Amino acid sequence: MPVLRVKGLCYQQYGPYSFTIEPSQCVSLSGPSGAGKSLMLRAIVDLDVHQGEIYLDDVNCSQMPATRWRRLIGLLPATSQWWFDTVGSHFHSIDNTLLQKTGFESDVMHWQVSRLSQGESQRLGLVRMICNKPRALLLDEPTASLDSNNVELMEALITEYSHEHAAPVLWVSHDRQQTRRISKRYFILDTQGRLTEE
Amino acid sequence: MGAIALSPLDLSIAAILVLMLAGSSAWLHLGFGKQVLIASVRTAIQLFLVGYVLNFLFAHVDFYWIAGISMTMFAVAVWEATARQQRKIKGWRSYAINAFSIFISTFTLIVFSLVVIINEYPWYSPQYAIPLLGMMLGNCMTSVAISIDRLTQSLWKERGIIEQRLLLGETKNQATLELRKASVNAGMIPIINAMMTAGIVSLPGMMTGQILAGAPPVEAVKYQILIMFLIAVVTGSGVIIAVWLTLGSLFDKRDRLNLQSMTTDI
Repeated sequence: MPVLRVKGLCYQQYGPYSFTIEPSQCVSLSGPSGAGKSLMLRAIVDLDVHQGEIYLDDVNCSQMPATRWRRLIGLLPATSQWWFDTVGSHFHSIDNTLLQKTGFESDVMHWQVSRLSQGESQRLGLVRMICNKPRALLLDEPTASLDSNNVELMEALITEYSHEHAAPVLWVSHDRQQTRRISKRYFILDTQGRLTEE
Repeated sequence: MGAIALSPLDLSIAAILVLMLAGSSAWLHLGFGKQVLIASVRTAIQLFLVGYVLNFLFAHVDFYWIAGISMTMFAVAVWEATARQQRKIKGWRSYAINAFSIFISTFTLIVFSLVVIINEYPWYSPQYAIPLLGMMLGNCMTSVAISIDRLTQSLWKERGIIEQRLLLGETKNQATLELRKASVNAGMIPIINAMMTAGIVSLPGMMTGQILAGAPPVEAVKYQILIMFLIAVVTGSGVIIAVWLTLGSLFDKRDRLNLQSMTTDI
């Protein structure tokens, strides 16, 4: 069962932060912009320089190549980026049931990325990340710019994945109603960079 | 077959044409007039100087003199290659990368071609060493500058995409594959185009010069082919090394993109 454990994490002028997220547990993280929420997620996936220890299942981040760590800890940014012409070129393997759950048919793989709406782009970004089979999820306001229909699809898929794979989830969100829906633990990062649990 | 020696008057007539070009630039407000005048004066002075230097070298064939001139040419090439990059790695590292990639590719190839292909005694005979080195350095410098400029610009513009790919677990090499290809290609295009159209659309400068100076065309052609091949190899290897080193210093051991080490002014 994967447990995400952060011990004395520091990055730039922020920190140290220590917390543990249990298997299948979803923790929401909110706070004013500029408090370092996105930076915290980037530090946890080892995309930014940081001090302190991060463990998944008692395995330390520094014990494996960063590229493997980033597959194990999936980070979904607020806007997903696409660089090839078609959606399908961004996928190595694709699970059709995942597509259906997010409201797509398998022909979406032939779509041009230039005609994706923001909602489609975010939903497909989530599918793409989940295809890596991450053991823990970090979500950086993944639904901030989406309509309620898209939000519902995303929340359902993330919650289902987290329960099915016992994945710990750290979800950055500003929406009070959303944090109530998705999580039972609430972290708040204030402007001074203090992390408190509500 | 001798050449007609150009008189000062002949060159002055050509210079007047350049002056007229600069004049029309001023008249049409196109703004390149000053640049073209400075460049023309520099061309005249630099080429005359190098002519006298070569005269001196041919009269005193000495390894240390030739090595000294070669290193001066090399230093200027590195300086120019670095100056032409809009965005570069901060501090001495961009100079070091350009110096290393230009030095390794140019100097190994020049020694090889002088010893194995030209095979003159002594092997550093300035009549061959200096012009060959000049051709190689000039082309290598331009291509390295184009490639690295392309690489750093597109890394900056596409950093969001690179980081997205890293987030999905790609290595720095996977995440920058298309960028690296495009950067290396950008540096290789000038010589590939030159080889593709050589003799059909344009006569290469060196060959033209030789023929004008009275050499038999087929002899000039053989040297031109040699030069083209050497330039292709020297730019290719220089560009590959420079792109590889630049990427290496913009990512760290944990495959993180580190753009803070790049200058931000455009």
